[in-house]
Amino acid sequence: MSMKLSTRQVDGVTIVDCSGRITLGEGSVMLRDTVRDLLSKGNKKIILNLGEVNYIDSSGIGELVSAFTTTKNQGGELKLLHLTKKVHDLLQITKLYTVFDVKDDEAAAVKAFK
Amino acid sequence: MELQVSYTLDSTLETVDHAEEQANRIATELGFGDDEVMQISMAVREGAVNAVLHGNNYAPDKKVTLAFERTPEDLVITIRDQGHGINLDCIPNPLAPENLLKTSGRGIFLMRSFMDVVEIRPSQTGTEVKLFKHVHGSSGGGKEGSQ
Repeated sequence: MSMKLSTRQVDGVTIVDCSGRITLGEGSVMLRDTVRDLLSKGNKKIILNLGEVNYIDSSGIGELVSAFTTTKNQGGELKLLHLTKKVHDLLQITKLYTVFDVKDDEAAAVKAFK
Repeated sequence: MELQVSYTLDSTLETVDHAEEQANRIATELGFGDDEVMQISMAVREGAVNAVLHGNNYAPDKKVTLAFERTPEDLVITIRDQGHGINLDCIPNPLAPENLLKTSGRGIFLMRSFMDVVEIRPSQTGTEVKLFKHVHGSSGGGKEGSQ
């Protein structure tokens, strides 16, 4: 299953609903382009909803890191929402779980933005 | 179940997907559990990415060899590229604080995390990576990453 992305706005926060695989190639590029497009349009409060992401490889992990740092460097904030067990475990193994701001509840994630 | 199969593949992204799919299928057929199948297929995917991207640099005249062998103790997967050979001294630790936010450099780490033994043999004519996963009932089970 290839990656699909859709965006929606909730109280000034952009939620990117991701599904499928974030892997080297199309999936990583789609995520990169989407985040950069949001930032270029001034949308700097971003939640990546990964609830339907069933697979991620090292390139996908790198893309999450890139999205996080790119957003932060532009004065924005990016949070991760609804990690699947696979993604959660990968972020634990790579010690990135504590780097990202990870949320389990969408409403709480939206409220958590400054 | 005896198994010895090898593939010669182009240096493309399709090869990466193909390698992962074959690993998934073979590991499943050999009776590994769901978590182990995921670990094996992800390790193979990372090895294939390294071979296609970093080893062969997508060169159309360079091939990736992928082989699966079931020994009495292990599933052994060999991935070989035709690049210039990886420099093992230049592999950063992705868990080091200064590397945590780097966008690459986690492939070998993930292979070592998911497999029982990982052997990496670079040469001037390419890099060979051997991934070992103990089959059920065999002794061992510890992580013994080696190079």
